[in-house]
Formats: sequence, C-alpha cells, structure tokens
Amino acid sequence: MDQELIELTVAEAAGRVRSGELSADEYFDAYREAAAGDSLNALLWRAEDRSQADLDGTRASQEEVDSGRPLAGIPVAVKDIFCTEGIPTTAGSRILEGYRPPYTATAVRRLRGAGARVLGKANMDEFAMGSSNENSGYGPALNPWDSGRVPGGSSGGSAAAVAGRLAPCAIGTDTGGSIRQPAALCGIVGMKPTYGAVSRYGMIAFASSLDQCGPLTRSVTDAALVLQAMEGRDPCDSTSVGIEGGIELPGREDLKGLSFGVPRELASEAEGIESGVRDVFERTVSLIEELGGEVAETELPHAPHGISAYYVLAPAEASANLARFDGVRYGLRVEADELTEMYEETRVQGFGAEVKRRIMLGTYALSSGYYEAYYGRAQRVRTKIAEDFSKAFERFDFVVTPTSPTVAFKLGERTDDPLAMYLSDYCTVPMPLAGIPAISIPAGTAQPDGGGTELPVGFQIAGPAFSDSAMLGTAHALERAIGFSRNGGSG
Amino acid sequence: MIRSMIEREQVEHVATLARLKLSEEELERMAGELSGILEHVDRISELDLEGVEPTSHVIAMENVLRPDEPRPSWSRDEMLERAPDPASGAFRVPSPQA
Repeated sequence: MDQELIELTVAEAAGRVRSGELSADEYFDAYREAAAGDSLNALLWRAEDRSQADLDGTRASQEEVDSGRPLAGIPVAVKDIFCTEGIPTTAGSRILEGYRPPYTATAVRRLRGAGARVLGKANMDEFAMGSSNENSGYGPALNPWDSGRVPGGSSGGSAAAVAGRLAPCAIGTDTGGSIRQPAALCGIVGMKPTYGAVSRYGMIAFASSLDQCGPLTRSVTDAALVLQAMEGRDPCDSTSVGIEGGIELPGREDLKGLSFGVPRELASEAEGIESGVRDVFERTVSLIEELGGEVAETELPHAPHGISAYYVLAPAEASANLARFDGVRYGLRVEADELTEMYEETRVQGFGAEVKRRIMLGTYALSSGYYEAYYGRAQRVRTKIAEDFSKAFERFDFVVTPTSPTVAFKLGERTDDPLAMYLSDYCTVPMPLAGIPAISIPAGTAQPDGGGTELPVGFQIAGPAFSDSAMLGTAHALERAIGFSRNGGSG
Repeated sequence: MIRSMIEREQVEHVATLARLKLSEEELERMAGELSGILEHVDRISELDLEGVEPTSHVIAMENVLRPDEPRPSWSRDEMLERAPDPASGAFRVPSPQA
C-alpha cells in the first residue's frame, strides 16, 4: 500500500490526477486495498473492483480524468443511508438486510457526475439514530484513535473511514449532530450545510424537516470540494434549494473584519463540558483574535431547550417516516397468519432497541391528548431557538462553540442511559432546529476527564442560513492557524 | 403541566399504535426509559410560549406545480423484485382476518 497516496488530501489528489501526475486507477486501488483491511468495522460494503465503484455504468476512466472534473478519480465512502443502485443499502438496520435499491440518491449521482467513485458504504447508527454508532445492526464502528472508544454517530463509519485512512472523504447525514459530532470525535472536518442545500432524494428519511447531507473530510478545502459537487436544487426533492452562487473554494487566511459570538449557554455556562475540551475551545477562541477576528460573549437563551425540542420533533417525524417498513414491499418480513400480526412481528424483530424507543417516543408525542403538550410546544421552542440565532447574527457573523461536550467515550459507556447519550448532542442540536449551517474542525487534542490518552477535540462554527461559503472560508483560516495533525495534535 | 410518568398500560397502547409487538420485558424497560426522557423534555413546559408561532419547516417554501404530464415510471416487475412475497403482479400479504 502506498502510504504517501493515502495521506494526500482530496484537493491534492484531484490536482495530481488532473495534471496526469497520478493515475486515477492507481489512486483508487491504493484505497481499495486500504479499505479491504478495514479493522474498524467502518464499511458495511466495499467495492471489489473499479467497475463496481462506478455506479450506473458511467465508468470513471481516462475520459473523466481528461475532462478535468473536480473530483475525477476520487474514492468516496458513502453513508449506508444513501440509496445506491444495485449496491446493498441497509441504513444500518437489519430490517433492510440484503436490500438493493433500484436507484441512486441525487447526492451520490452528483458526486459521480463530478468524477468520484463509490469506494464503500459506511457503517452508521440504525436509521441515523444515535451518537456512538453502537446502534448499528451490524456492530459498532470503532474510533481509529482508540479502538476501545466510539467514533461518534450517527455517521460514525464515515468519520472512522476518513480518519482511519480507509477513504479520503465521505458523506454523511446530520439531523442533530450526526456529521459534526463524529467528525469531532475522530479528529476530522465535518459540515452540516444549510437545510435544503443538498437534495434528500434517495436518502432514507429519519426526520425530514432536519435531515441534511454533508461532507466528512480531512481538510476544510476538501469539505468545500465535496459540498460543491453535491449542492443544488433537485426536482426530486421539493425542499432542496441549493446555495445561490454555489460553493466557493476557501482561500481566506485571516479573520480580519469578522465577529464571533460565544454563546454562554453552549460554552461557559454549559454543564458537562470536559475540562480538556474547554481548554482547547478557549485556546481556539484566542487564535481567532490573533487572526484579527473580534470575539465577544453572546446569548442563545433557548438553546438549552434544544435537546428537549429535538427529542420530541425528530422521533415524531421518525415514527411517521418509519411506518413504511412493514414487510410488504421490501426488506424483512416475519411470516404470520394475520396481517397486523405480520406488521408487528416484522417491525419488532427488524428494528433495534433505539429505533423502537424513538418510534414509541414519537408515537406517544403525536398521540391524542399529548400532541399539543409535546409536538406543538416543541415546534414553538424551535421558533424561539431560530429567533435567538437571528438575533445573534444581527451582531455577529458567526457563533462558535465546542462541538461535543466530551472527547470520544468508551464503547458501552452510555448504552444503558439513553438520556446521557442524547446529551452528547447538546451543542449540535440547536443548529438543525434553526436550519442553519455549521462546521466542526479539529482544534487539538485533550485527555478525557479522569485522564488517559489524548483524543481529538472539535471546534464548531455556525453561521446564518446560506452563509456556507463564508463559513468554509472562516474555517479554512482557522484550520491553518491551528495546524492540527493526525499524530501530533495541535502545534 | 405535562405528566412525565408514563404507565405500562400507556406504553402498551402506544406500542399497538406503532405496530410494535413488544415483549413483557421490553414494555417494562420502555416505561422506565420513556419516563426518564419525558421528564427531561418536560422542561419546555416551563417556558412561556404564548403567541409563539410553531415552526414546521425552517426555510421559506412556496408550493411549486409542474405540468401533469404522463412520463415513464418504474416497471411493475422491477418494483416487485424486492418484495418479500410477490404474487400475480401484486404484493401479497396475509389475510387481515385470519
């Protein structure tokens, strides 16, 4: 295996492929070999050869290379929530074991159109419900920094694959933090674009008013490249609006003229933030000032209620979206003599514990007599959270917080306590509720509370809706100043 | 004020609505877990939300209509290929009144 090829960023590799310095096939094969040695359970399906990776017959070849497409020859790990024609797609659930979709999701089609190849399908929490990847029906993915710890979730396989050098880039989905939190825990870049930036067509639905597709990469420029290829309006998803003017590749090197708000509810006053995470966060805030940015404290008074609102709204939408898994048209069927019994047996055996919990929670919140008290109130809290952000953005260009309150936790540590697991999303949940974009970049490493090996810490930047390009520029300047490296932490 | 304790009977009722045949053990555990989560969620009952509009969708949307023209869709065979029990060009299910 060629380690030098594996360490290239997407931007570097694509550049070399375009200039003819690197053969796209050689590059793909290096990764195919790396992916074949997956010891992190990061990938649920791997392309066995190049033709398998070239979905819908549009084989990436010399032609593509010559055409100079932005991602020509780039292998990508695709979260297993995206439908890929003829390639197993399970959403991490046993209820879809062996399912091969008849079509490919728009986001993946766009990547293919830009020249990328599907290297593998990434492990995930079942139907994207989880913050540790331990809810996968196919066993947890492991954190490449410490295989005794979780990679985060739900896009845990995507993050582990990119950080573990099994893929140069990946795509995932973020509903309450499912791209940003695993990116933070694995020491890579993860971005949730503005709601509607990328089509959700062919992306198996969890909570439709929150779900959004985004990139997981090793650099901010790579995130921009992948997002640039995917964003845009799609007639197959009426909620997709794209980003006006597209995504610009980031070039910013300082933060002069920009202002950053630090919301005390998600930083200084937030409970449960580890001291090591706090230190890295504060150091990064100082770096912003050194780069010429202005920093001041601000408030998001309703953000602490984000978890409450989220764990009503997302399960409510999920309970409706997952009604389709009934053993009739596709997926698992458990035979029974009577129809209702067939539904009930199929669903109880096909779904894992967390999915059942969320379906129950959502069904309860929507049931007669409780609808207004839970769903109605949660929708109003959502309005207040969005208003808080709007107010903050009148004064500041961006808002910054730690991405995850803790570094990667141990496997099994939170599995018996659903609420403790949900609180992993404390800092990431408010943004999707408001529909705004946010990015997590690796900011350094820290020991967990109680000591131990240094593990990555993520820094989150959130901006107003459709500020995606400006946000990437800001992240780029900060990334340069942080100088995070895989083995040496920050320096 | 919302009542956050959820009784076992309620869990059973919700499981029926959700078409999940939970085992005795699952019903028991679910009652405890849901109560714990709802207790946390109930903090939103303390907020004054009088007159606040609910948000169901975050971006401004308008209805878009396209011409209602027939166009090719998936073939029946292709759709039935993935069905657990296709029969006579349809999805076969057990009788609702066995």
